[in-house]
Amino acid sequence: MKFITSIILMALLSFSFCIFLPWWSIAIACFLVAICIPQKNWVSFIAGFISLFLLWYGLSFWISFHNGHLLANRISKLILQQENSFLLVLITALIGGIVGGLSALSGSLIRKNFKHA
Amino acid sequence: MRILFSILSFLFTAALCFVLDTKSVFKLPMGKLLSPQAGIWQNAESFETDFSDQLSFDQLKGKTNVYLDERLVPHVFAEEESDAFFVQGYLHAKFRLWQMDFQTLYAAGRASEVVGDVALNHDREFRRLGLVFAAEKSLVEMENDPISKSACDAYTAGVNQYIASLNYSSLPLEYKLLGYLPEKWTNFKSALLLKHMAYDLTGNDKDFEMTDAKASFSKSDFDLLFPSIQDSLDPIIPKNTLFPTASLQPSLPAFADSIYFDFLKDTIAIPEVEMPDQSNGSNNWAVDSSKTKSKYPILCSDPHLKINTPSVWYEMQMSTPNSNVYGASFPGALGIIIGFNDSCAFGFTNAGRDVKDYYEIKFKDASKSEYWFDSNWVKTSLRIEKINIAGRPALYDTVAYTIFGPVIYDASFSGKNNQVNKNYAVRWSAHDNSNEFKFFYLLNHAQNYNDFQQALPYLKSPGQNCVFACKNGDIAMHVQGAFPAKWKGQGEFVMPGFDSSYMWQGMIPQSENPFQFNPLRGFVSSANQRPADSTYPYFIGSNYPVYRGLYLNRKLSSMNDITTADMMTLQTSNYNVFAEIAIPIVLKNIRVEQLNENERKYFQKLENWRFEYDVNTTAATIFELTWNKLTDTIYNDEYANKPKNTARPYKSTLLDALLSDSSYKFIDNITTTNLETIEDVVTAAFKFASLEANQLEKQNKLSWGKYKDTHVDHLLKLPGFGAEHLKIGGNENCINATKSAHGPSWRMIVNLTPNTDAYGIYPGGQNGNPGSRFYDDGIDNWAQGKYYNLWMMRAEEKNDLRVKWKMVFSNK
Repeated sequence: MKFITSIILMALLSFSFCIFLPWWSIAIACFLVAICIPQKNWVSFIAGFISLFLLWYGLSFWISFHNGHLLANRISKLILQQENSFLLVLITALIGGIVGGLSALSGSLIRKNFKHA
Repeated sequence: MRILFSILSFLFTAALCFVLDTKSVFKLPMGKLLSPQAGIWQNAESFETDFSDQLSFDQLKGKTNVYLDERLVPHVFAEEESDAFFVQGYLHAKFRLWQMDFQTLYAAGRASEVVGDVALNHDREFRRLGLVFAAEKSLVEMENDPISKSACDAYTAGVNQYIASLNYSSLPLEYKLLGYLPEKWTNFKSALLLKHMAYDLTGNDKDFEMTDAKASFSKSDFDLLFPSIQDSLDPIIPKNTLFPTASLQPSLPAFADSIYFDFLKDTIAIPEVEMPDQSNGSNNWAVDSSKTKSKYPILCSDPHLKINTPSVWYEMQMSTPNSNVYGASFPGALGIIIGFNDSCAFGFTNAGRDVKDYYEIKFKDASKSEYWFDSNWVKTSLRIEKINIAGRPALYDTVAYTIFGPVIYDASFSGKNNQVNKNYAVRWSAHDNSNEFKFFYLLNHAQNYNDFQQALPYLKSPGQNCVFACKNGDIAMHVQGAFPAKWKGQGEFVMPGFDSSYMWQGMIPQSENPFQFNPLRGFVSSANQRPADSTYPYFIGSNYPVYRGLYLNRKLSSMNDITTADMMTLQTSNYNVFAEIAIPIVLKNIRVEQLNENERKYFQKLENWRFEYDVNTTAATIFELTWNKLTDTIYNDEYANKPKNTARPYKSTLLDALLSDSSYKFIDNITTTNLETIEDVVTAAFKFASLEANQLEKQNKLSWGKYKDTHVDHLLKLPGFGAEHLKIGGNENCINATKSAHGPSWRMIVNLTPNTDAYGIYPGGQNGNPGSRFYDDGIDNWAQGKYYNLWMMRAEEKNDLRVKWKMVFSNK
């Protein structure tokens, strides 16, 4: 249950932060949630990863779908040298996931320091 | 241990965020760029985007309604004229901000600030050409005139209001990719854009190349290679027109024969001049009521430019209490450039006159502070140009200004790579005071021929052939611009800079520019050809194309009861008069008995061809290959030992020569002992071309469309951001003068009936955002020769089904 809750919280907090703050505020969001909700380190990582992977996948796919993938096709041709909007969505999600996972892991590790201190 | 892990993990995450937020490791800030809430995804415009809006700004005096139609063309209805310019600025920025901002950086020689030192040579060249200097002078002139000043101020305020509304996520895509931010707009930037247009349309000078040709050939050979008038010329103002004698008679400098017309002297090291694409491809014409079915004049205009996305044009209607005008506007500048109002229509082709000359300057010493002029050391004024470069310290470039203009090339800079050891100053008509904003302002308000004539003198640079037609039945063509009155041959070559007698001695008076008003033949037309024949009393140079003009005049003479559909057919015609004239010579001189089976097949294709450069024809490719090879065969031997960039004859020169003289001097290959005949060289060229054609056929690339391969590139040439392999025919000598990256940038046809009936299209779309469905929606239709109806909306039509969105601008 804690696992699901942290995934949802991380996604919600990341989304809200990004309305006003730069993109890397997702790291702060996941970090904070991982500090507040105690879980094993690797579980925190997975929660952060899944949360941001799904959030960024969902958002970028939704946007791209309503755009007929016009822009995604152009950008993927430009930076991936192939017209593949799906791959661009996937890379977007992976970047979100990795940053989310690592910051959640950091949060989890730091929380344990405080507990032991 | 645990502490160490957590610190490491924390630092690693922070470092990762840093890497993904900057260009430090990857070429692009991938995290920042791909974050769905701020990065490039925010530029993916939804198909359901609602462009309707309510906006209020302090500057506005009244209310303005903007109705956006199904192609995203805005129909602006303003209660106050200055509000219309404010809204135009706002709309240009909303849909084209990056393009206008980037083009001003480019024009100002500041591209290196954004793209780094790859643009450094360009920046130095533009600074040294004095483009900024020219824009500064133009700004003063524009701001001295209350009408153009207030219009430009309103426009600039509109652009800046839009810029102020931006944040990172709403920033145009290209800023995110290149990683910089838009600058505040100024009237000066608008002036820069007009000067850049002047550069684009007057930049095609060959002074250095011709100087080497002069040094390489005897006078008699030179005259054969560069005749002053083509035999086949059909000028803009018809032959046998009586011109008044010149009121200004420029005098030839003393000793010019030995100092200036010094054939077969030393060649010079040619600076590698940055040259705009030869924009010789525009057409415009108007027919009067005697020739049309509607009994009202029809005006057509298709200016040819480099075709890019975002397009150079932005289509719009601007309606105010004292004017109502529709057409193609130029993002970054106010008003409508090519279009029509409720009374008349107007369009342009490039006049192509040589208004840019070079003078060789002798400095006293390396400080460039004094130069030798009329037997004295005269002081230069030094202008220090600071060029900021992304990722490198700034470069300071000292440019010396002489009485002629800035010294553009010298030992410290000579264009691209090669070094020159001489100094060349440039005299360019765009350096002179002018206020082209006022020209367009007055033109947009013109209600009759008289108003049009009042506007004309404000157009000084670039010189244009201006076509005009009015609902009252008047049609006119004016060759307009500030053109120097030159003695014969002046400025064809680099001139000596130590002698004031080589300077321009004055401008041709406005009233002596060639024009035509309501001619008996019932039409006026121009296709960049020479404006007049040799009876025009001023020297006007020789670099003009002829063939489109020939075809246009032939068709317009024979057409009657003309409809807009007929004009569409003419404007998209792929018929090539050059081929029509050249093919009989080619066919006659090929020795058929020496052809193999494959060559015979290609020969028959040429025989059966009707000179149409259509997408699927193969004969056009075979002919082009043959003619190019023939040209090389004929001239390459004479040019073998000449400097690389020595000027070559124009295409029409060889054709005219072969028509009149089958034993044309240059046919013989001077490196062989035989005397080659025209049959020898044509047959050899055709055999060679057949080999190439055979290769192309095997790769399925012999059809003209595939061989030419027209494409529309993004301004930054970003892969995936343009359109490739367009199915479109034509070439430079067809009315449809579409080359591979250059062509009719806006096709317009206006039937001046009481309710104006107009059509137009351009290869692009209204929205400059590459993530919009309106970014390139016109390209395929343009390539297919289709047109959109240009809807001159009336205010009471606001509930028309074509209106999709409404923006309201008002005071608070």
